Amino acid sequence: MTKELRFAGTGGQGLILAAIIYAEAALYDGHRVLQSQSYGPESRGGASKADCIVSDTEIDYPKVYLADFLLAMSQKAFDKYKADVKKGSVVLFDSTYVEIPEKDENIIYFSAPISKTVRDKIGKELASNIAALGTISVIYPLVGEEILLKAILHRVPKATTELNKSAFNVGKKLGKEILESQGSIEFVF
Amino acid sequence: MSAKLVQGNEAVVYGAFNAGLKFFAGYPITPSTEIAEMCSRDLPKVGGAFIQMEDEISSIAACIGASLAGFRSMSATSGPGFSLMQENIGYAIMAEVPIVIVDVQRMGPSTGIATAPSQSDYMQVRWGTHGDHPMVSFAPFSVEECFTEAIRAFYWSEKISSVVVLLLDEVVAHMREGIDIDNVENILEVPDRGPFSEEKEGFRPYKVDRDKGAKLPPLGTGYRFNVTGLVHDEMGFPVEDPEKTGDLIRRLHNKIDAVEDEMASYDERYTEDADVIVISYGSVARSSLRAVRELRKNNVKVGFFRPITVWPFPSKRVRELSKKVKNIVVAEMSMGQMVHEVERSVGDSCQITLLQGIKGELITPDAIHNTVSEVISK
Repeated sequence: MTKELRFAGTGGQGLILAAIIYAEAALYDGHRVLQSQSYGPESRGGASKADCIVSDTEIDYPKVYLADFLLAMSQKAFDKYKADVKKGSVVLFDSTYVEIPEKDENIIYFSAPISKTVRDKIGKELASNIAALGTISVIYPLVGEEILLKAILHRVPKATTELNKSAFNVGKKLGKEILESQGSIEFVF
Repeated sequence: MSAKLVQGNEAVVYGAFNAGLKFFAGYPITPSTEIAEMCSRDLPKVGGAFIQMEDEISSIAACIGASLAGFRSMSATSGPGFSLMQENIGYAIMAEVPIVIVDVQRMGPSTGIATAPSQSDYMQVRWGTHGDHPMVSFAPFSVEECFTEAIRAFYWSEKISSVVVLLLDEVVAHMREGIDIDNVENILEVPDRGPFSEEKEGFRPYKVDRDKGAKLPPLGTGYRFNVTGLVHDEMGFPVEDPEKTGDLIRRLHNKIDAVEDEMASYDERYTEDADVIVISYGSVARSSLRAVRELRKNNVKVGFFRPITVWPFPSKRVRELSKKVKNIVVAEMSMGQMVHEVERSVGDSCQITLLQGIKGELITPDAIHNTVSEVISK
Protein backbone atom coordinates (compact mmCIF):
# COMPACT_ATOMS: atom_id res chain seq x y z
CA MET A 1 0.00 0.00 0.00
CA THR A 2 1.28 3.42 -0.97
CA LYS A 3 -0.89 6.53 -0.87
CA GLU A 4 0.20 9.98 -1.93
CA LEU A 5 -1.53 12.93 -0.27
CA ARG A 6 -1.14 16.57 -1.17
CA PHE A 7 -2.24 19.50 0.98
CA ALA A 8 -2.43 22.65 -1.16
CA GLY A 9 -3.49 26.20 -0.54
CA THR A 10 -2.07 29.62 0.11
CA GLY A 11 0.95 30.40 2.25
CA GLY A 12 -0.26 31.02 5.80
CA GLN A 13 -3.11 28.52 5.79
CA GLY A 14 -1.03 26.06 7.79
CA LEU A 15 -0.88 23.33 5.18
CA ILE A 16 2.71 22.39 5.87
CA LEU A 17 1.75 21.89 9.50
CA ALA A 18 -1.27 19.84 8.39
CA ALA A 19 0.98 17.61 6.30
CA ILE A 20 3.47 17.22 9.14
CA ILE A 21 0.67 16.27 11.53
CA TYR A 22 -0.79 13.83 9.02
CA ALA A 23 2.60 12.22 8.44
CA GLU A 24 3.18 11.96 12.16
CA ALA A 25 -0.23 10.34 12.67
CA ALA A 26 0.46 7.83 9.89
CA LEU A 27 3.81 7.11 11.51
CA TYR A 28 2.11 6.45 14.90
CA ASP A 29 -0.21 4.14 12.97
CA GLY A 30 2.76 2.02 11.95
CA HIS A 31 3.21 3.20 8.37
CA ARG A 32 6.31 4.49 6.66
CA VAL A 33 5.99 8.14 5.77
CA LEU A 34 7.74 10.86 3.87
CA GLN A 35 6.74 14.49 4.14
CA SER A 36 8.02 17.35 2.02
CA GLN A 37 6.87 20.80 0.99
CA SER A 38 7.33 23.42 -1.64
CA TYR A 39 9.88 25.70 -0.15
CA GLY A 40 10.37 29.25 -1.26
CA PRO A 41 8.60 32.43 -2.21
CA GLU A 42 5.64 30.47 -3.54
CA SER A 43 4.90 29.29 -0.01
CA ARG A 44 4.36 32.92 1.00
CA GLY A 45 1.31 34.04 -0.89
CA GLY A 46 1.08 31.98 -4.06
CA ALA A 47 -0.05 28.40 -4.43
CA SER A 48 1.78 26.33 -1.85
CA LYS A 49 1.80 22.63 -1.29
CA ALA A 50 2.88 20.09 1.24
CA ASP A 51 3.15 16.43 0.36
CA CYS A 52 2.78 13.36 2.47
CA ILE A 53 3.47 9.85 1.24
CA VAL A 54 2.19 6.96 3.35
CA SER A 55 3.39 3.45 2.55
CA ASP A 56 4.06 0.02 3.91
CA THR A 57 7.18 -0.45 1.80
CA GLU A 58 10.33 1.60 1.19
CA ILE A 59 9.45 5.04 -0.19
CA ASP A 60 11.68 6.03 -3.10
CA TYR A 61 10.72 9.22 -4.97
CA PRO A 62 10.20 11.84 -2.24
CA LYS A 63 7.59 13.95 -4.02
CA VAL A 64 3.96 13.24 -4.81
CA TYR A 65 3.97 11.86 -8.34
CA LEU A 66 0.21 11.61 -8.82
CA ALA A 67 -1.91 12.20 -5.75
CA ASP A 68 -4.41 9.71 -4.37
CA PHE A 69 -5.81 12.49 -2.26
CA LEU A 70 -5.71 16.26 -2.75
CA LEU A 71 -6.85 18.91 -0.32
CA ALA A 72 -7.30 22.26 -2.06
CA MET A 73 -7.82 25.26 0.18
CA SER A 74 -7.48 27.98 -2.48
CA GLN A 75 -8.51 28.46 -6.11
CA LYS A 76 -4.91 28.99 -7.25
CA ALA A 77 -3.80 25.79 -5.56
CA PHE A 78 -6.72 23.83 -7.00
CA ASP A 79 -6.00 25.11 -10.50
CA LYS A 80 -2.30 24.36 -10.19
CA TYR A 81 -2.50 20.86 -8.76
CA LYS A 82 -5.82 19.42 -9.96
CA ALA A 83 -4.22 17.67 -12.92
CA ASP A 84 -1.60 15.88 -10.80
CA VAL A 85 -3.96 13.29 -9.40
CA LYS A 86 -4.60 9.64 -10.13
CA LYS A 87 -7.73 8.21 -11.68
CA GLY A 88 -10.19 7.52 -8.89
CA SER A 89 -8.49 9.95 -6.54
CA VAL A 90 -10.31 11.96 -3.91
CA VAL A 91 -10.20 15.75 -4.04
CA LEU A 92 -11.52 17.68 -1.09
CA PHE A 93 -11.85 21.38 -1.69
CA ASP A 94 -12.74 24.23 0.59
CA SER A 95 -15.76 25.79 -1.11
CA THR A 96 -15.10 29.00 0.83
CA TYR A 97 -12.37 29.71 -1.69
CA VAL A 98 -12.68 27.18 -4.48
CA GLU A 99 -15.42 27.27 -7.10
CA ILE A 100 -17.21 23.98 -7.51
CA PRO A 101 -15.61 22.34 -10.55
CA GLU A 102 -17.39 20.50 -13.31
CA LYS A 103 -17.94 16.83 -12.77
CA ASP A 104 -15.08 14.53 -13.70
CA GLU A 105 -15.91 10.85 -13.78
CA ASN A 106 -12.33 9.93 -12.93
CA ILE A 107 -12.21 11.99 -9.73
CA ILE A 108 -14.28 11.96 -6.57
CA TYR A 109 -14.88 15.58 -5.62
CA PHE A 110 -15.87 16.39 -2.07
CA SER A 111 -16.80 19.93 -1.20
CA ALA A 112 -17.17 21.66 2.17
CA PRO A 113 -17.04 25.29 3.32
CA ILE A 114 -14.23 24.52 5.73
CA SER A 115 -12.81 28.01 6.33
CA LYS A 116 -16.21 29.68 6.51
CA THR A 117 -17.54 27.13 8.99
CA VAL A 118 -14.48 27.48 11.21
CA ARG A 119 -14.79 31.26 11.04
CA ASP A 120 -18.50 31.11 11.97
CA LYS A 121 -18.22 28.52 14.72
CA ILE A 122 -14.88 29.35 16.30
CA GLY A 123 -14.36 32.94 15.32
CA LYS A 124 -10.92 32.42 13.81
CA GLU A 125 -10.10 31.00 10.43
CA LEU A 126 -6.68 30.11 11.81
CA ALA A 127 -7.63 26.54 12.67
CA SER A 128 -9.03 25.70 9.23
CA ASN A 129 -6.09 23.40 8.58
CA ILE A 130 -6.98 21.37 11.67
CA ALA A 131 -10.65 21.32 10.66
CA ALA A 132 -9.59 20.02 7.25
CA LEU A 133 -7.77 17.16 8.99
CA GLY A 134 -11.03 16.40 10.80
CA THR A 135 -12.91 16.27 7.51
CA ILE A 136 -10.22 14.08 5.96
CA SER A 137 -10.41 11.65 8.88
CA VAL A 138 -14.04 11.00 7.92
CA ILE A 139 -14.03 11.11 4.13
CA TYR A 140 -10.62 9.51 3.52
CA PRO A 141 -9.96 7.37 6.59
CA LEU A 142 -6.46 6.19 5.77
CA VAL A 143 -5.46 7.31 9.26
CA GLY A 144 -8.07 7.05 12.04
CA GLU A 145 -9.47 10.11 13.76
CA GLU A 146 -8.20 9.23 17.25
CA ILE A 147 -4.61 8.87 16.12
CA LEU A 148 -4.91 12.04 14.03
CA LEU A 149 -6.20 14.00 17.01
CA LYS A 150 -3.34 12.66 19.12
CA ALA A 151 -0.86 13.88 16.48
CA ILE A 152 -2.57 17.29 16.36
CA LEU A 153 -2.38 17.78 20.10
CA HIS A 154 1.26 16.71 20.06
CA ARG A 155 2.16 19.47 17.59
CA VAL A 156 0.02 22.49 18.51
CA PRO A 157 0.77 24.81 21.44
CA LYS A 158 -0.77 23.60 24.73
CA ALA A 159 -2.79 26.79 25.14
CA THR A 160 -4.62 26.07 21.89
CA THR A 161 -5.63 22.49 22.71
CA GLU A 162 -9.34 23.26 23.15
CA LEU A 163 -9.45 25.51 20.08
CA ASN A 164 -7.90 22.81 17.94
CA LYS A 165 -10.12 20.08 19.36
CA SER A 166 -13.15 22.20 18.47
CA ALA A 167 -11.81 22.83 14.98
CA PHE A 168 -11.17 19.12 14.49
CA ASN A 169 -14.76 18.36 15.54
CA VAL A 170 -16.13 21.04 13.23
CA GLY A 171 -14.21 19.38 10.40
CA LYS A 172 -15.43 15.91 11.32
CA LYS A 173 -19.02 17.14 11.28
CA LEU A 174 -18.49 18.61 7.82
CA GLY A 175 -17.10 15.26 6.72
CA LYS A 176 -20.17 13.43 7.98
CA GLU A 177 -22.44 15.91 6.21
CA ILE A 178 -20.53 15.35 2.98
CA LEU A 179 -20.97 11.61 3.22
CA GLU A 180 -24.69 11.99 4.01
CA SER A 181 -25.31 14.24 1.02
CA GLN A 182 -22.85 12.81 -1.48
CA GLY A 183 -22.83 9.19 -0.40
CA SER A 184 -19.99 7.26 1.18
CA ILE A 185 -17.35 5.23 -0.60
CA GLU A 186 -15.72 2.04 0.56
CA PHE A 187 -11.98 2.59 0.71
CA VAL A 188 -9.60 -0.31 0.93
CA PHE A 189 -6.21 0.93 2.09
CA MET B 1 11.33 5.34 22.16
CA SER B 2 9.48 4.75 18.94
CA ALA B 3 9.87 6.36 15.54
CA LYS B 4 9.30 10.07 15.26
CA LEU B 5 9.05 12.39 12.31
CA VAL B 6 12.41 14.06 11.74
CA GLN B 7 13.73 16.39 9.06
CA GLY B 8 17.00 15.62 7.25
CA ASN B 9 18.75 18.64 8.71
CA GLU B 10 17.54 17.73 12.20
CA ALA B 11 18.79 14.17 11.75
CA VAL B 12 22.24 15.55 10.95
CA VAL B 13 22.23 17.30 14.34
CA TYR B 14 20.98 14.18 16.14
CA GLY B 15 23.81 12.27 14.48
CA ALA B 16 26.36 14.91 15.42
CA PHE B 17 25.16 14.83 19.04
CA ASN B 18 25.43 11.05 19.02
CA ALA B 19 29.01 11.44 17.77
CA GLY B 20 29.81 13.81 20.63
CA LEU B 21 29.51 17.22 18.99
CA LYS B 22 30.59 19.89 21.45
CA PHE B 23 31.09 22.95 19.26
CA PHE B 24 29.22 24.53 16.40
CA ALA B 25 30.13 27.81 14.76
CA GLY B 26 28.23 28.92 11.71
CA TYR B 27 26.36 31.50 9.77
CA PRO B 28 22.78 30.54 8.86
CA ILE B 29 22.05 29.99 5.19
CA THR B 30 19.18 28.31 3.37
CA PRO B 31 18.84 25.35 2.97
CA SER B 32 21.06 24.45 5.93
CA THR B 33 19.64 26.88 8.51
CA GLU B 34 17.75 24.29 10.59
CA ILE B 35 21.10 22.74 11.54
CA ALA B 36 22.37 25.98 13.08
CA GLU B 37 18.96 26.67 14.59
CA MET B 38 18.80 23.29 16.32
CA CYS B 39 22.41 23.49 17.50
CA SER B 40 21.78 26.95 18.98
CA ARG B 41 18.84 25.57 20.93
CA ASP B 42 20.06 22.13 21.92
CA LEU B 43 23.86 22.07 21.91
CA PRO B 44 24.18 24.01 25.21
CA LYS B 45 21.90 21.38 26.79
CA VAL B 46 24.50 18.68 26.16
CA GLY B 47 27.36 20.81 27.45
CA GLY B 48 28.38 22.19 24.08
CA ALA B 49 28.78 25.69 22.72
CA PHE B 50 27.13 27.39 19.76
CA ILE B 51 28.39 30.61 18.24
CA GLN B 52 26.78 32.47 15.39
CA MET B 53 29.74 34.03 13.65
CA GLU B 54 29.94 37.07 11.40
CA ASP B 55 30.55 34.94 8.31
CA GLU B 56 31.58 31.50 7.11
CA ILE B 57 35.30 32.30 7.10
CA SER B 58 35.32 32.92 10.81
CA SER B 59 32.89 30.01 11.34
CA ILE B 60 35.28 27.40 10.04
CA ALA B 61 38.19 29.16 11.76
CA ALA B 62 36.38 28.89 15.08
CA CYS B 63 35.68 25.21 14.40
CA ILE B 64 39.36 24.56 13.71
CA GLY B 65 40.28 26.30 16.97
CA ALA B 66 37.71 24.38 18.99
CA SER B 67 38.80 21.08 17.46
CA LEU B 68 42.44 21.83 18.33
CA ALA B 69 41.24 22.35 21.90
CA GLY B 70 39.82 18.82 21.76
CA PHE B 71 36.14 19.48 21.06
CA ARG B 72 34.27 17.76 18.25
CA SER B 73 33.37 20.60 15.92
CA MET B 74 31.01 21.13 13.03
CA SER B 75 29.75 23.89 10.82
CA ALA B 76 26.89 23.81 8.30
CA THR B 77 26.44 25.90 5.21
CA SER B 78 25.41 25.95 1.57
CA GLY B 79 27.29 26.75 -1.66
CA PRO B 80 27.90 30.47 -1.12
CA GLY B 81 29.17 29.93 2.43
CA PHE B 82 31.07 26.81 1.41
CA SER B 83 32.98 28.95 -1.10
CA LEU B 84 34.07 31.27 1.69
CA MET B 85 35.28 28.30 3.73
CA GLN B 86 37.65 26.94 1.10
CA GLU B 87 40.83 28.63 2.31
CA ASN B 88 40.44 27.33 5.84
CA ILE B 89 39.39 23.89 4.63
CA GLY B 90 42.87 23.74 3.14
CA TYR B 91 44.32 24.92 6.42
CA ALA B 92 42.51 22.18 8.35
CA ILE B 93 43.72 19.57 5.85
CA MET B 94 47.31 20.82 6.07
CA ALA B 95 47.34 21.18 9.85
CA GLU B 96 45.37 17.88 10.09
CA VAL B 97 42.58 19.18 12.27
CA PRO B 98 39.46 16.98 12.39
CA ILE B 99 36.28 18.93 11.56
CA VAL B 100 32.97 18.13 9.90
CA ILE B 101 31.47 20.56 7.40
CA VAL B 102 27.89 20.07 6.25
CA ASP B 103 27.24 21.45 2.77
CA VAL B 104 23.56 21.46 1.88
CA GLN B 105 23.69 22.03 -1.86
CA ARG B 106 21.47 24.62 -3.48
CA MET B 107 21.26 26.09 -6.97
CA GLY B 108 24.32 28.11 -8.02
CA PRO B 109 26.54 29.68 -9.24
CA SER B 110 26.83 32.49 -6.72
CA THR B 111 23.69 32.94 -4.63
CA GLY B 112 21.71 31.15 -7.37
CA ILE B 113 18.32 30.15 -6.03
CA ALA B 114 18.36 29.85 -2.25
CA THR B 115 15.56 27.32 -2.02
CA ALA B 116 16.25 25.17 -5.08
CA PRO B 117 18.10 21.85 -4.88
CA SER B 118 21.31 21.18 -6.76
CA GLN B 119 24.31 18.88 -6.81
CA SER B 120 26.68 21.32 -8.41
CA ASP B 121 29.08 21.56 -5.44
CA TYR B 122 30.33 18.02 -6.09
CA MET B 123 33.63 19.10 -7.61
CA GLN B 124 33.98 22.04 -5.26
CA VAL B 125 33.94 19.59 -2.37
CA ARG B 126 36.84 17.78 -3.99
CA TRP B 127 38.87 20.64 -5.43
CA GLY B 128 37.52 23.82 -3.87
CA THR B 129 40.62 24.50 -1.87
CA HIS B 130 43.97 24.89 -3.56
CA GLY B 131 46.97 22.63 -3.47
CA ASP B 132 47.35 18.86 -3.64
CA HIS B 133 45.02 17.41 -1.09
CA PRO B 134 42.75 14.43 -0.58
CA MET B 135 39.09 14.82 0.34
CA VAL B 136 36.49 12.68 2.07
CA SER B 137 32.78 13.24 1.64
CA PHE B 138 29.61 11.29 2.40
CA ALA B 139 26.19 11.90 0.82
CA PRO B 140 23.04 10.56 2.50
CA PHE B 141 19.76 10.06 0.60
CA SER B 142 17.33 9.57 3.48
CA VAL B 143 16.65 11.01 6.91
CA GLU B 144 18.05 7.93 8.62
CA GLU B 145 21.21 8.22 6.56
CA CYS B 146 21.53 11.90 7.51
CA PHE B 147 21.81 10.56 11.05
CA THR B 148 24.16 7.66 10.39
CA GLU B 149 26.34 9.47 7.86
CA ALA B 150 26.81 12.41 10.24
CA ILE B 151 28.18 9.94 12.76
CA ARG B 152 30.36 8.32 10.11
CA ALA B 153 31.66 11.78 9.14
CA PHE B 154 32.85 12.39 12.70
CA TYR B 155 34.25 8.87 12.95
CA TRP B 156 36.41 9.28 9.88
CA SER B 157 37.41 12.86 10.56
CA GLU B 158 38.93 11.64 13.84
CA LYS B 159 40.43 8.52 12.26
CA ILE B 160 42.20 10.44 9.50
CA SER B 161 42.57 13.66 11.47
CA SER B 162 41.16 15.80 8.68
CA VAL B 163 38.11 17.42 7.15
CA VAL B 164 35.04 15.39 6.20
CA VAL B 165 32.27 17.04 4.21
CA LEU B 166 28.75 15.76 4.77
CA LEU B 167 27.10 16.49 1.43
CA LEU B 168 23.35 17.01 1.37
CA ASP B 169 21.01 18.71 -1.05
CA GLU B 170 17.91 20.79 -0.41
CA VAL B 171 15.54 17.86 -0.95
CA VAL B 172 17.28 15.52 1.49
CA ALA B 173 17.77 18.33 4.01
CA HIS B 174 14.12 19.36 4.10
CA MET B 175 12.26 16.09 3.78
CA ARG B 176 10.82 14.44 6.87
CA GLU B 177 10.74 10.71 7.51
CA GLY B 178 10.16 8.47 10.49
CA ILE B 179 13.24 7.48 12.42
CA ASP B 180 13.74 5.79 15.77
CA ILE B 181 16.88 7.65 16.80
CA ASP B 182 17.53 5.55 19.89
CA ASN B 183 17.34 2.24 18.06
CA VAL B 184 19.32 2.76 14.88
CA GLU B 185 21.57 -0.26 14.43
CA ASN B 186 25.30 -0.48 13.80
CA ILE B 187 26.14 2.97 15.10
CA LEU B 188 29.85 3.72 14.92
CA GLU B 189 31.63 4.73 18.08
CA VAL B 190 33.68 7.83 17.36
CA PRO B 191 37.19 7.32 18.77
CA ASP B 192 38.68 9.68 21.32
CA ARG B 193 41.98 11.35 20.41
CA GLY B 194 45.13 9.78 21.70
CA PRO B 195 46.47 8.09 23.67
CA PHE B 196 49.46 10.40 23.74
CA SER B 197 52.87 9.64 25.18
CA GLU B 198 53.25 10.52 28.82
CA GLU B 199 56.45 12.37 27.99
CA LYS B 200 55.13 15.79 27.06
CA GLU B 201 58.47 17.47 26.50
CA GLY B 202 59.47 17.24 22.85
CA PHE B 203 56.23 15.50 21.79
CA ARG B 204 55.91 15.49 18.00
CA PRO B 205 52.29 15.44 16.86
CA TYR B 206 53.24 15.08 13.19
CA LYS B 207 55.63 12.20 13.79
CA VAL B 208 53.43 9.35 12.63
CA ASP B 209 53.60 6.41 10.21
CA ARG B 210 53.64 7.22 6.49
CA ASP B 211 49.97 6.38 6.10
CA LYS B 212 48.58 7.75 9.36
CA GLY B 213 47.06 11.06 10.38
CA ALA B 214 48.64 13.42 12.90
CA LYS B 215 48.05 12.87 16.60
CA LEU B 216 47.12 16.23 18.03
CA PRO B 217 46.81 16.43 21.83
CA PRO B 218 44.17 18.98 22.88
CA LEU B 219 45.65 22.41 23.44
CA GLY B 220 46.09 23.22 27.08
CA THR B 221 47.06 19.72 28.16
CA GLY B 222 50.75 20.50 28.45
CA TYR B 223 51.99 19.43 25.04
CA ARG B 224 53.71 22.15 23.04
CA PHE B 225 53.65 22.17 19.25
CA ASN B 226 53.10 24.56 16.38
CA VAL B 227 50.05 24.60 14.12
CA THR B 228 50.43 26.10 10.67
CA GLY B 229 49.23 25.97 7.11
CA LEU B 230 52.83 26.08 5.95
CA VAL B 231 54.69 22.91 5.08
CA HIS B 232 55.97 21.81 8.46
CA ASP B 233 58.16 19.35 10.31
CA GLU B 234 57.13 16.82 12.95
CA MET B 235 56.78 19.57 15.57
CA GLY B 236 54.64 21.66 13.23
CA PHE B 237 57.31 24.27 12.50
CA PRO B 238 57.69 25.55 8.94
CA VAL B 239 60.29 23.88 6.73
CA GLU B 240 61.19 24.05 3.06
CA ASP B 241 63.25 20.89 2.97
CA PRO B 242 62.35 19.06 -0.28
CA GLU B 243 62.38 15.59 1.30
CA LYS B 244 60.22 16.63 4.26
CA THR B 245 57.90 18.50 1.91
CA GLY B 246 57.43 15.46 -0.30
CA ASP B 247 56.93 13.17 2.69
CA LEU B 248 54.23 15.41 4.15
CA ILE B 249 52.25 15.82 0.94
CA ARG B 250 52.49 12.10 0.26
CA ARG B 251 51.42 11.19 3.80
CA LEU B 252 48.37 13.46 3.58
CA HIS B 253 47.26 11.34 0.62
CA ASN B 254 48.51 7.99 1.90
CA LYS B 255 46.45 8.24 5.06
CA ILE B 256 43.28 8.38 2.95
CA ASP B 257 44.42 5.74 0.43
CA ALA B 258 45.14 3.36 3.30
CA VAL B 259 41.51 3.41 4.46
CA GLU B 260 39.78 3.97 1.12
CA ASP B 261 38.35 0.46 0.95
CA GLU B 262 37.18 0.56 4.54
CA MET B 263 35.63 3.98 3.99
CA ALA B 264 33.92 3.03 0.72
CA SER B 265 30.16 2.81 0.98
CA TYR B 266 27.55 2.39 -1.70
CA ASP B 267 24.03 1.13 -2.28
CA GLU B 268 23.76 -1.33 -5.14
CA ARG B 269 20.58 -3.04 -6.29
CA TYR B 270 19.30 -4.98 -9.30
CA THR B 271 22.79 -5.06 -10.86
CA GLU B 272 23.14 -8.85 -11.08
CA ASP B 273 21.65 -9.24 -14.57
CA ALA B 274 21.62 -5.57 -15.61
CA ASP B 275 22.34 -4.37 -19.15
CA VAL B 276 22.28 -0.76 -18.05
CA ILE B 277 22.98 0.78 -14.64
CA VAL B 278 21.79 4.13 -13.34
CA ILE B 279 24.34 5.91 -11.14
CA SER B 280 23.24 8.80 -8.95
CA TYR B 281 23.58 10.02 -5.37
CA GLY B 282 21.59 12.01 -2.81
CA SER B 283 17.99 12.87 -3.58
CA VAL B 284 18.36 12.07 -7.29
CA ALA B 285 19.05 8.46 -6.33
CA ARG B 286 15.53 8.26 -4.93
CA SER B 287 14.15 9.26 -8.33
CA SER B 288 16.46 6.69 -9.92
CA LEU B 289 15.23 3.99 -7.58
CA ARG B 290 11.64 4.70 -8.59
CA ALA B 291 12.56 4.69 -12.28
CA VAL B 292 14.52 1.44 -11.94
CA ARG B 293 11.64 -0.26 -10.13
CA GLU B 294 9.16 0.86 -12.77
CA LEU B 295 11.44 -0.30 -15.59
CA ARG B 296 11.95 -3.64 -13.86
CA LYS B 297 8.17 -4.13 -13.88
CA ASN B 298 8.45 -3.97 -17.68
CA ASN B 299 11.28 -6.51 -17.59
CA VAL B 300 13.93 -3.97 -18.50
CA LYS B 301 17.24 -5.21 -17.09
CA VAL B 302 18.31 -2.04 -15.36
CA GLY B 303 20.42 -1.72 -12.23
CA PHE B 304 20.85 0.90 -9.51
CA PHE B 305 24.11 2.15 -8.05
CA ARG B 306 24.42 4.92 -5.47
CA PRO B 307 27.73 6.10 -4.02
CA ILE B 308 27.30 7.03 -0.35
CA THR B 309 30.99 7.73 0.08
CA VAL B 310 31.17 10.18 -2.83
CA TRP B 311 34.82 11.13 -2.19
CA PRO B 312 36.91 9.14 -2.68
CA PHE B 313 34.64 8.00 -5.51
CA PRO B 314 34.05 4.21 -5.43
CA SER B 315 35.96 3.72 -8.68
CA LYS B 316 36.82 0.07 -8.17
CA ARG B 317 33.23 -1.07 -7.93
CA VAL B 318 32.07 1.14 -10.79
CA ARG B 319 34.87 -0.27 -12.97
CA GLU B 320 33.81 -3.84 -12.14
CA LEU B 321 30.19 -3.07 -12.92
CA SER B 322 31.04 -1.31 -16.18
CA LYS B 323 32.58 -4.52 -17.52
CA LYS B 324 29.26 -6.34 -17.16
CA VAL B 325 26.96 -3.77 -18.77
CA LYS B 326 26.58 -2.01 -22.11
CA ASN B 327 25.49 1.32 -20.71
CA ILE B 328 25.69 3.49 -17.65
CA VAL B 329 23.34 6.42 -17.13
CA VAL B 330 24.55 9.10 -14.74
CA ALA B 331 21.82 11.39 -13.37
CA GLU B 332 22.83 14.42 -11.36
CA MET B 333 21.52 17.91 -10.63
CA SER B 334 24.33 19.73 -12.46
CA MET B 335 25.80 20.11 -15.93
CA GLY B 336 27.72 16.94 -15.11
CA GLN B 337 30.33 16.61 -12.36
CA MET B 338 30.20 13.13 -10.88
CA VAL B 339 29.98 11.85 -14.44
CA HIS B 340 33.68 12.74 -14.81
CA GLU B 341 34.54 10.35 -12.00
CA VAL B 342 32.39 7.68 -13.63
CA GLU B 343 34.18 8.23 -16.96
CA ARG B 344 37.55 8.08 -15.24
CA SER B 345 36.56 4.80 -13.57
CA VAL B 346 34.99 3.17 -16.61
CA GLY B 347 37.40 4.02 -19.41
CA ASP B 348 36.20 2.31 -22.59
CA SER B 349 34.33 -0.51 -20.86
CA CYS B 350 30.85 0.79 -21.68
CA GLN B 351 28.85 3.74 -22.97
CA ILE B 352 28.06 6.56 -20.54
CA THR B 353 25.04 8.83 -20.88
CA LEU B 354 24.57 11.90 -18.74
CA LEU B 355 21.18 13.18 -17.60
CA GLN B 356 21.61 16.78 -16.44
CA GLY B 357 19.39 18.52 -13.91
CA ILE B 358 19.97 22.26 -14.12
CA LYS B 359 16.52 23.75 -13.56
CA GLY B 360 16.62 23.87 -9.78
CA GLU B 361 14.23 20.95 -9.50
CA LEU B 362 14.70 17.37 -8.45
CA ILE B 363 15.19 15.18 -11.53
CA THR B 364 11.98 13.20 -11.98
CA PRO B 365 11.69 9.42 -12.25
CA ASP B 366 10.11 10.01 -15.70
CA ALA B 367 13.22 11.78 -16.98
CA ILE B 368 15.43 8.90 -15.82
CA HIS B 369 12.96 6.34 -17.16
CA ASN B 370 13.02 8.03 -20.58
CA THR B 371 16.80 8.32 -20.68
CA VAL B 372 17.22 4.64 -19.87
CA SER B 373 14.63 3.71 -22.51
CA GLU B 374 16.41 5.82 -25.14
CA VAL B 375 19.79 4.36 -24.28
CA ILE B 376 18.47 0.81 -24.56
CA SER B 377 16.71 1.41 -27.87
CA LYS B 378 19.85 2.74 -29.52
